[in-house]
Amino acid sequence: MPMPDIRPLVPEIVMACLAMLVLILDLVVKRKGIIAVITMISAFVVFYALFGGVRGEAFSGMFVSDGYSVFFKIIFLISLVLTTLISVRYIEIEKVNFGEYYSLMLFSTLGMMVMASAGDIIVLYLGLELMALSVYVLAGFFRHDTRSNEASLKYFLLGAFASAFLLYATSMIYGLTGTTNLRAIAQYLATHGIEDNPATMLSVMLFVVAFGFKIAAAPFHMWAPDVYEGAPTSVTAFMSVGPKAAGFAVFGRVFLIAFGNLQINWVGILIPIAILTMAVGNIIAISQTNIKRMLAYSSIAHAGYAMIGLVSGGSEGVASMMNYLFIYAFMNIGAFAVVIMLRTEGFKGENITDYEGLAKSHPLASALMLVFMFSLTGIPPTAGFVGKFYLFLAAVNAGYTWLAVVAVLFSAISAYFYLRIVMFMYMKEPKGEVKLSASSSTGIALAVTATAVLVIGVLPSGVINMARAAVLGF
Amino acid sequence: MPIENSLGFPVLSTLIFLPVVGAAIILLISRKQESLIKSVALLTSIAAFLLSIPLFTDFDKSTHLMQFVEKRQWIPSWNIMYSLGVDGISVLFVLLSTLVTILCVLISWNAVKTKMKEFYISLLILEGAMIGVFCSLDFFLFYIFWEAMLIPMYLLIGVWGGPNRVYAAIKFFLYTLVGSVLMLVGIIVLYFYGGRTFDILQLATRNYPYELQFWLFWAFFAAFAVKVPMFPMHTWLPDAHTEAPTAGSVVLAAVLIKMGAYGFLRFSIPLFPEAARAMTVPMMVLSVIAIIYGAIVCLAQTDLKRLIAYSSVSHMGFVTLGIFAMNVQGLEGGILQMLNHGVVTGALFLSVGVIYERTHSREISDYGGVATVLPIYAAFFMVFTLASIGLPGLNGFVGEFLIILGGFTASKWAGAFAATGIIIGAAYMLWLYQRVFFLQTNQKVAGLHDMNMREIITLVPMIVLVFWIGIYPNTFLSFMHPSVQHLLERVYSGGQGATYAGQIAGLIK
Repeated sequence: MPMPDIRPLVPEIVMACLAMLVLILDLVVKRKGIIAVITMISAFVVFYALFGGVRGEAFSGMFVSDGYSVFFKIIFLISLVLTTLISVRYIEIEKVNFGEYYSLMLFSTLGMMVMASAGDIIVLYLGLELMALSVYVLAGFFRHDTRSNEASLKYFLLGAFASAFLLYATSMIYGLTGTTNLRAIAQYLATHGIEDNPATMLSVMLFVVAFGFKIAAAPFHMWAPDVYEGAPTSVTAFMSVGPKAAGFAVFGRVFLIAFGNLQINWVGILIPIAILTMAVGNIIAISQTNIKRMLAYSSIAHAGYAMIGLVSGGSEGVASMMNYLFIYAFMNIGAFAVVIMLRTEGFKGENITDYEGLAKSHPLASALMLVFMFSLTGIPPTAGFVGKFYLFLAAVNAGYTWLAVVAVLFSAISAYFYLRIVMFMYMKEPKGEVKLSASSSTGIALAVTATAVLVIGVLPSGVINMARAAVLGF
Repeated sequence: MPIENSLGFPVLSTLIFLPVVGAAIILLISRKQESLIKSVALLTSIAAFLLSIPLFTDFDKSTHLMQFVEKRQWIPSWNIMYSLGVDGISVLFVLLSTLVTILCVLISWNAVKTKMKEFYISLLILEGAMIGVFCSLDFFLFYIFWEAMLIPMYLLIGVWGGPNRVYAAIKFFLYTLVGSVLMLVGIIVLYFYGGRTFDILQLATRNYPYELQFWLFWAFFAAFAVKVPMFPMHTWLPDAHTEAPTAGSVVLAAVLIKMGAYGFLRFSIPLFPEAARAMTVPMMVLSVIAIIYGAIVCLAQTDLKRLIAYSSVSHMGFVTLGIFAMNVQGLEGGILQMLNHGVVTGALFLSVGVIYERTHSREISDYGGVATVLPIYAAFFMVFTLASIGLPGLNGFVGEFLIILGGFTASKWAGAFAATGIIIGAAYMLWLYQRVFFLQTNQKVAGLHDMNMREIITLVPMIVLVFWIGIYPNTFLSFMHPSVQHLLERVYSGGQGATYAGQIAGLIK
């Protein structure tokens, strides 16, 4: 048997080796800050391997390295690096400063990378489980904190359900078409005229359930608020960006390739879900008093916006979705970086009332939070506006003007709860002394995210072109 | 593309970004050097004003074309240009913005004591965004400025405002945002119908099917009517005006709410002429309701700033009436009245700020006999009161006269009702003046010192404008003639419309 061409897999192989290396180094390296640095270096090495790497298919199309997957992998690596930066000080304060933390993040990133490259549902499943299992553990990383335990268990149980749905959907489509390869499925469905078969539609629906769970789309979002609240804040930041983007990556690939000809059928399922997701996320967020919970609902809402790109379909729709996820990574981790700084020794800093008068004691952190909040609302000249603008552009182009109208109205509602944070920071007097656990690594993360949010907001051409180039030949 | 203007440098870009640079400098100054912060803010605003004077002096009044234009590629992926320019409709508002900012810095000199740095940064960024709104010739750029303006304004109201400021700030933000996002969808739809361009001038030469015009007209209406504000979207305005700090109220009254009316002139009418023509009746009805309703509500107010805020609703009703009368007098009167209202209401808010700084009360019942204690102040206030009423010889008269003339031409009823609004206007303003400045001297105002030099300097430019526009309005009207003419040609182009416009033109001569 000839040696398969593994060159497209090189970034993943490198990532796997580095993740294991980090795991081993943890035994000998006492200062965990070094592990964090190695984690980031690993991310850059993989980044380099990704750019210099060979594009193409491996293992007869089971693994695909194309522009689409590379773009998503960049998002994953960015969220890995930024999360690592904001974790260093935080896990010290929380006294869970273990090296496994970083290797688990690397493993889950590896899982996401495999997901983005999956050309076959089996590979997709492998990546998804690797990602999910690592994140289950990360969510429960505070072993002595019941909230964290609850988060982990809840995420695990519901995640297992979602995986079951995925397997059920896969078995069904395999039964219909005799293959798990995405392109082969599309071809079989087209040539055998079973696109309107009820069994096909049932399989599509089961996929929607499984992926909807991963991206926390309503009504499969129930786990998100509890898990986001209970998990370590750094892990919440990570979860709300990386795994969500990975969910969208497989969502896009499966639905636009395997079920590309069924688009007319599945948009009918996805549009109500997108609207419900925006409604649930934006409306319930208004009544939250815990910032992590509020950002959890906000993250649900943002999944709803990104789904508009999916619904619009075509290269513009997909590009707008990818562009949005890219921007969302910066603005959301940026917001979490500020949230994480409020956690100091003996002070949780998770209530939104803890932000009262922050502008007086910490003007810079407040100003950055203000930028992220306006960006999440989608007010120009921030990147959040550019992201939403592109989504609406794609939606109107695809003929969904009314959906764009619904989305803009929900995004106007979202202004209320994002601006509430700004209001607390700037328009209230401080109650007591609030300290920030500032560190140089968090500072770097904040500088990077804030710069990205403002620069992309004013000069978005680069990102847009990158996203457009990524969907060429998709 | 090279800069094609008589000044030889990109004056509009400089105007937009000079305040931003000033804000950046303030950002670098230590919080403790308060007088330095204020000086930088003042110098920046004065520099911006001086820079805007050439727009006034070098403006070519014989053409409707855009002047001082700049055009560069910005986001080629979406065919977005960085495109600026001013014409006879917008140029005066650029000048008004730069002038008003100076006055705002001056009036806040002692009034703002907390978070001074953030205050002046917000004010200067707001100035840049305001100028940007009036100069943008690309929809994307326009929308960026239009929305970016909300951030500093939200902070100005919410951080430095009165007791109920948080409520007022969020109300202002949400009302405006809901309107704006609907316009955003409208802009995107227009982009695809108009051949994938955001170029406002290009889009304004195309003809769209009536049904599309109809929907887009209402989408844009949502944004502009909230901003103006037209009845029944006006409820944010009394709260925002009342709770905002003096500078915030002044900017709101003088410039921000003009943007709604400017939007109608620049976008709704030239882009959707048929829909605009078909909608004149509902628009005029709403305007007349605003005029009369705003004026009657004024009579019931007990709060100084709230009264002036409701008078804005009434005065802006005149503006929209003039615009939707769709004839030369109405449009020119409307534009002039926008300017007048900016000057007079801005000045009234500045004046209220002067006394509020001394008494910290906005209740009318806390005043009385102010004229004996602060005679200079009373004289200033008298001029602005009379200008607001529309006394001949002062600026309010010219604008309102033209609007009512235009209103009568369009509909006799509208003209008649609008004239009634002026009578009620005289009633509430004079009654206000009586209660505040005459009658028994209230204990709370006894012993206050009169206006100091800084305050007098703040109000003098407004006095000059009140008389200038009142006595020789042609200085300002002459800017508008070609642009308004061009606008009307667009509205009535082809068919019956052209002859109608011809008739009106004949009537004027």
